[in-house]
Amino acid sequence: MAASKNQRPPKSADKLLSWFVKDDLLDEILGDLSEYYLELADRPKWKRSLFYWFHVLHFLRPFALKRFIRSNSNYTTMFKHYFKISWRNLLRNKGYSLINIGGLAAGMTVAILISLWIYDELSFNKYHKNYDTIAKVYRTNKFDSFASTVHAPGLASVLKTDYGDFFEDVALVRARLEERVIAVGEKKFSQSGYFMQDGGPQILTLDMKYGSQTGLKEMNSIMLSSSLAGKLFGEADPVGEMVTMDATTSLQVTGVYEDLPKNTEFSEASYLAPAELYVNGWTTLNVWDNYFTYIYLQIKPEHSFDEISATIAEAMMPHVDEETAESEPRIFLQPMSQWHLYSEFENGTPVTSQRLKAVWYNGIIGAFVLLLACINFMNLSTARSEKRAKEVGILKALGSHRSQLIQQFFGESMLVTLLAFIVAIFLVVLTLPWFNVVAAKAMVFPWTNPLFWLAVLSIVLATGLLAGSYPALFLSSLNAVKVLKGTFKAGRLASLPRKVLVVIQFTVSISLIIGTLVVYQQLEYAKNRPVGYSREGLISLRSASKEFKGKYLVLRNELKQTGMVEEIAQANYSVTDTRGWNGGFAWHGEKYEQTFNTIFVTYEYGKTVGLQFVDGRDFSRDITSDKSGIIINESAAKLFALENPVGEELTWQDRGSYTILGVVKDMVKGSPYEPTDPSVMFLGEFDMSWLYIRLNPDVSTHEALPKIRDVFAKLTPATPFDYTFADEAYALKFAEEERIGKLGFVFAGLAILISCMGLLGLSAFVAEQRIREIGIRKVLGASVANLWQMLSKDFVVLVVISCLVAMPLAWYFMDRWLDSFVYRSTISWSVFAITGAIALLITLATVSFQAIKAATADPVKSLRTE
Amino acid sequence: MEKEYIGELEELVLLLIVMLKDDAYGLAIRKALKEQASRTVTIGAVHGTVNRLEGKGFIESRLGGATEERGGRHKRIFSLTASGRKVLERSRDVKVNLWRQIPELAINKLG
Repeated sequence: MAASKNQRPPKSADKLLSWFVKDDLLDEILGDLSEYYLELADRPKWKRSLFYWFHVLHFLRPFALKRFIRSNSNYTTMFKHYFKISWRNLLRNKGYSLINIGGLAAGMTVAILISLWIYDELSFNKYHKNYDTIAKVYRTNKFDSFASTVHAPGLASVLKTDYGDFFEDVALVRARLEERVIAVGEKKFSQSGYFMQDGGPQILTLDMKYGSQTGLKEMNSIMLSSSLAGKLFGEADPVGEMVTMDATTSLQVTGVYEDLPKNTEFSEASYLAPAELYVNGWTTLNVWDNYFTYIYLQIKPEHSFDEISATIAEAMMPHVDEETAESEPRIFLQPMSQWHLYSEFENGTPVTSQRLKAVWYNGIIGAFVLLLACINFMNLSTARSEKRAKEVGILKALGSHRSQLIQQFFGESMLVTLLAFIVAIFLVVLTLPWFNVVAAKAMVFPWTNPLFWLAVLSIVLATGLLAGSYPALFLSSLNAVKVLKGTFKAGRLASLPRKVLVVIQFTVSISLIIGTLVVYQQLEYAKNRPVGYSREGLISLRSASKEFKGKYLVLRNELKQTGMVEEIAQANYSVTDTRGWNGGFAWHGEKYEQTFNTIFVTYEYGKTVGLQFVDGRDFSRDITSDKSGIIINESAAKLFALENPVGEELTWQDRGSYTILGVVKDMVKGSPYEPTDPSVMFLGEFDMSWLYIRLNPDVSTHEALPKIRDVFAKLTPATPFDYTFADEAYALKFAEEERIGKLGFVFAGLAILISCMGLLGLSAFVAEQRIREIGIRKVLGASVANLWQMLSKDFVVLVVISCLVAMPLAWYFMDRWLDSFVYRSTISWSVFAITGAIALLITLATVSFQAIKAATADPVKSLRTE
Repeated sequence: MEKEYIGELEELVLLLIVMLKDDAYGLAIRKALKEQASRTVTIGAVHGTVNRLEGKGFIESRLGGATEERGGRHKRIFSLTASGRKVLERSRDVKVNLWRQIPELAINKLG
């Protein structure tokens, strides 16, 4: 049979084979294979090829493989040797290795988790391609200390027309996630989304799955997030399909965008609809007296944010009414890179935000925990270094250079760090879901991010170098003759650095524990603070728009008729706000210097908000003279210094005299950590900016809200129903401290755990070192208790020293932290007592384990060794 | 020092090499394994085995003729060494010895 073309074996297979098979075997193997191929001549071609490949791949055996790594150099042999010795050392001392690797892994896990968290915080919004040119418009004014982002939509039009040269695009976004029911046929989902102008998706560079970014041009259109589209339409392309919004409006799907990652500003939106649709039928996007939109824009690259901010600062002035103009509203651009971490303002200037502080706190804690783990490692390796001194002596006698010994010891610590790192990666993957819940994040493990690996590996390298430095540099310097003669003895001072490191470890751990306890105490203290009104079932609503004028009584009637509402009332300022200050009060011609928090309320305010009267009564509709009555709180009563305040008459400025009708408990209106203000409440009947609704306690909120919304939709159709629950708003004031407390708890726990692991190792080492001493003492009649005491004492002393160092330190820092709150708990001695007791107990338990083991051991055995 | 014991496949291959004489190369051994012992193995496995046996010193090899079917490539012809012979004999002796000690099985099966 002649070898025709189609009887040649597959070329690629031969190529592969000659790549991996040893050159001297290749010839005979290829020969055998092509003979084999010919034998298969009567089979179909594909089968022949398949068989051929099968046999080729079966040459992937050790005997046939080329040596891809040359192993005949001295260096590889040497490194192999290092590795072998290190590995044997690890295995010989399983207990120490476990403590080392375990502790280091725990420390690294914390460090990696915190790094991920910090990275997530710092990369907030970076998903958007125009990250560097996007900005949000902020506004400050003379009266408010904070900067607002909610504007009248007219401002966007002005920016577009008068300052259009600066911007690529400007887009209005309704300043609130709007919940709507989105439905296709029988599939109905209640979803949150944003109403934004065309231009928004382009600015945000949404990643379109179907359709285009210009999908918000037409009023009756909607863009869906990929996950919502999946729920409504499955995998099919839904562009052009119709959905209904709130069962009333038909909208055409014009695009589907990939879900925005959780660390972006718009991640909570599952749909985007045109802003024009939102205002349709009740207002336009050119009004100046209704504040309900955010303004996002993208600047042209040739301009800078500062330059534009300076130019547009007074852009509002020509368009607003006199009253607003008096407050001197100034606008400026906040670049996207600043939104997340740098957007807290006080008195119009930026201040260090809580978020940025948290980044710092966590970073420091993470570094500390890693440090603790490194200390363990260093301590154990130095403690054991005496044992290895002989090894060094022999190696030196055999001709090792010092540099080679240094390499070996560093290599050993690198090996341990690397093992710890692998364990840490597992732990991170395991704990990440939990950490996401605590930190309210959606972090994923960045398997494919080279930057992450670079950072992490440099941490590993640094840890390995740090931890291996002492044995590498000290042990390698030993004199071979002395060591082998046995005259080398680590002096008394040799254990000093070790002791210092243990003290540092416990100082950090104890401080963290004290810190956590203080945070919790403060949190509890502030939470249990009497607030003077009842937050549960209380809804607040802004009623500043003109539409509310004269409708208060109708509104009250209609709302009460639904049966869902117990009472409603209005006030000129919010109950969670401390605005409105006035002085000029006098009693019998005697003037008071102080100013008071003065607010105007309607008749049923006391009942609605749940004020607690300690004396007197609320305003009453039946008593006409109540119109010149006032209600004061206890702080105010104290300032007025009246023996029996109820019934007394005060004059206020030139407005005449007012009778005190009642005294209520102080209300916590601002921060729960600030003192309460003396306040005076006047009666003002109608048309004030804040509306309060006390829900009927017998009906559920789910039932009540739609009915209440209906009433508002009927009476004030032009105003969005923007309600907040008073208790939710109040709970938000604690969110930050709660998170710090939770994380602090975990980290403090880990810190003490890692420290104890180190102690366990050290005590085991000491017990082992003194094993003959213990034996002799036992023979001479020492009791177990004596020995236990002897072995534990040293460590207990160290921990006591740590307590003495940590307590004043922690007290100082935590007192300073508490000082940032006015309504603050004091750090009670019990915190220190508890922490000290915990630290000592844990130490004793750890050390005793080894001490008692050593003390109860049979002295015959220990004395017979060597 | 060479390993004194050989595995079952190794023993078979050794025997076949003796049997095939001047035609004892990889593919031929594979074929013989199939025909004589009903063992189907990959070509790679045969090569691996002879390689191992050569390493242990039980066989030696020389280059044989190249044919057109082989694309002009040489064969490697194997032959038994003295120690290979010894190890085969030893293996046989052990088994024969064992068989002798269990006459009932031997009679039943062989008789």
